[in-house]
Amino acid sequence: MNEKPKLRLAEPVAPTPPVGTSAAEGLSFRGGRPADLLIRGAHVLDPRADVDAVLDVLVRSGEIAEIAASIQPPDGAEIVEASGKHLFPGFVDPHVHLRTPGFEYKEDIESGTRAAAAGGFCLIVAMANTNPPVDNSGVLQSLRMRAAVEAHVPVGFSANVTKGMAGAELTEMADLAEAGAVCFTDDGLPIADAGIMRQALQYQRLAGRVIALHQEDPALTKGGVMHEGAVSAALGLAGVPPVSESTMIARDALLAHYEDARIHVQHLSSSQSVEAVAAAKQRGVKISAEASPHHLSLTDAAVGDGTNANFKMNPPLRTEPDRQALIEGLRDGTIDCIATDHAPHAAHEKEVPFEQAAMGVTGLETSFSIVYSDLVVPGVLPLALVIERMTAGAAPLDLPTPLVAVGEPANLALVDLEARWTVGEEGYESRSANCCFAGREVGGRVQLTVASGVLVYRARSFAIQEVGA
Amino acid sequence: MRHLLGICDLSREQIERLLDRADSLAQLSERENKKLPTLTGRTIVNLFFENSTRTSSSFDLAAKRLSADTVNVRASGSSVEKGESLRDTVQTLSAYGPAAIVVRSPFVGAPGMVTRWTSAAVINAGDGKHEHPTQALLDAYTLRRRLGELDGKSVWIIGDVMHSRVARSNILALTKLGARVIVCGPPTLIPREIESLGCEVSFTLDGSERADVLYVLRMQNERMRDTFIPSLREYAARYQINGDRLGAKQLLMHPGPVNRGIELSPDVVDAPQSLITEQVASGVIVRMAVFYELLAGRGEPGSARKRATAVAPTREGARG
Repeated sequence: MNEKPKLRLAEPVAPTPPVGTSAAEGLSFRGGRPADLLIRGAHVLDPRADVDAVLDVLVRSGEIAEIAASIQPPDGAEIVEASGKHLFPGFVDPHVHLRTPGFEYKEDIESGTRAAAAGGFCLIVAMANTNPPVDNSGVLQSLRMRAAVEAHVPVGFSANVTKGMAGAELTEMADLAEAGAVCFTDDGLPIADAGIMRQALQYQRLAGRVIALHQEDPALTKGGVMHEGAVSAALGLAGVPPVSESTMIARDALLAHYEDARIHVQHLSSSQSVEAVAAAKQRGVKISAEASPHHLSLTDAAVGDGTNANFKMNPPLRTEPDRQALIEGLRDGTIDCIATDHAPHAAHEKEVPFEQAAMGVTGLETSFSIVYSDLVVPGVLPLALVIERMTAGAAPLDLPTPLVAVGEPANLALVDLEARWTVGEEGYESRSANCCFAGREVGGRVQLTVASGVLVYRARSFAIQEVGA
Repeated sequence: MRHLLGICDLSREQIERLLDRADSLAQLSERENKKLPTLTGRTIVNLFFENSTRTSSSFDLAAKRLSADTVNVRASGSSVEKGESLRDTVQTLSAYGPAAIVVRSPFVGAPGMVTRWTSAAVINAGDGKHEHPTQALLDAYTLRRRLGELDGKSVWIIGDVMHSRVARSNILALTKLGARVIVCGPPTLIPREIESLGCEVSFTLDGSERADVLYVLRMQNERMRDTFIPSLREYAARYQINGDRLGAKQLLMHPGPVNRGIELSPDVVDAPQSLITEQVASGVIVRMAVFYELLAGRGEPGSARKRATAVAPTREGARG
């Protein structure tokens, strides 16, 4: 029992020096009063900082000032009695759809970052498939100005690889990087043309920043709405074969290797995809990958009779062997991080027949609870590994990884692992309710989130006592 | 049974009960006055989001034979065809207080969604490529009248299985009734893992000469455009059922409408082995049985049930 589980960290990918600014300089946040907090008696767990003990953590002016067995409350600090709870580094989500501009009826920067804060996230990256898309620095700058006023947690904005996400011409990637794009992606759509993909990878030498890829060969997914298998065969729904994803990963890994470029593969869904990433890593390709809580937790069986479009997402839920492969990939580091692919849609876009419904599900508010309930509680993965993967989404994009260590900015998630709650029962912070876990009772609830030194979320039922003058 | 959404929801016993009910209704339908008072004063809405001649007329006639009032709503081509307003349409029509809504939709699962927005019984008249349960029931009914019990009988379903709701419902219904089902067609038109429905797969007609029944599906022109098949000529050469491929003791079925010269040669359509017109005639009786099972004796106060069971007892009499 004394033996601590061995935790293999994902191999760090060597950053490419970008022109001009660093990725971290692209983060936007409305900020707030720097927190002065004494979090007392929580079980502090941060595998990167090698902390795994019941400790007091003192935050002064937004910075972690002291971590010790017992800290005397200083003047002016709020005291959080956290005995029985767990304190983790704040989570990082490299894959969020904030839907601004153009789809504010689904989500906006304010509501989306509020959902992130409630989910324990201290840093998220917004996707660029908006309307207009983020394919020029004007759109990017206006988003950053908006986020500087509205964002409850720091947000990095991605920019498109191709103009209008049309897959035909490169955007002004160097200009966009200088304007603060943290990565490049046409997420929502693949870059189907291998020639354009190659040029984007070549151009990375100038623009820097990783290229994040939604992998799907449109010739193979053509009209597909769910995993191609027994369930789609029975329902008569057009299938998305796993080869539509894995062949593109293999293609782009070869291209990235040839051009000595860096790629990040988004939302892996199948065992073939895990194998393709593992093979690329083996060959020394600069490649990182993510998986979502819904792909780690559910299979295509959840689609059931096909009348609930909250189980429709892209890539689709696949089979149990695929799910197991994703879990193994997460365990052995083939998959670097957990990312939600939080994709809000309005009720009228989901309350329609499956084939007509929009693809995607929300996930920020349930990410930790689902992974904890379905992977940690049953003993599939150790808690420390899950915490590492929930915070590992920063490194592939050259963003700062939160660390529970003295001198670091306070990025913290205080979680009550004993708490049980029913998803959606009290509504959502997100503007949209298309959560595939709605109605499920889960364990583990975020009580408090500190992002970049600011207390950005506290659960309503959780009291903080103020002491001192 | 509250709704009829798919054969997937039915047990063998439920299927047999429906077929037995159809048998008893068939006897009555030979009278000069074919009308039964079972559903007098009740309303049935036929909501068709797709063009259909035989299915919609068959449902309409079945409802009228049971003395229901029918409202036929055809939404194809109108704004209603868009899924966004499915809910609004159903809620509007529900205001008429229908006992049942019959739904035909180009989209999988639409009838199941309709059940959430109405208190009426919902009958699936075909949803996308998913199911067409009344077609499978009328096919099973037609076959049972010819062959008796279907246990151990072998049925080949030939053609575009991928895009066929008739195929899916028939695989389920026939296997539940004990038949062995083999689906046969070009590999591009046989969905991966279709075996999970309980059928076997063959890419050629080899062995079909041992089948009791050849159930041939309609081959649509657009499949050639989508490159599922290189040409109708090659398709016909490999899969068309003609006089040489139809045995004297084999039965031939087709859900209609037939493309003569493509999936069937003209001579076999009217051959003595062909059950195609019997299938159409069975449609009305089986749909009456479905209405009867879903509606008689429930929903409306008291008298409907007594009257109904008195007029049309099941074959065993006591089951009502």
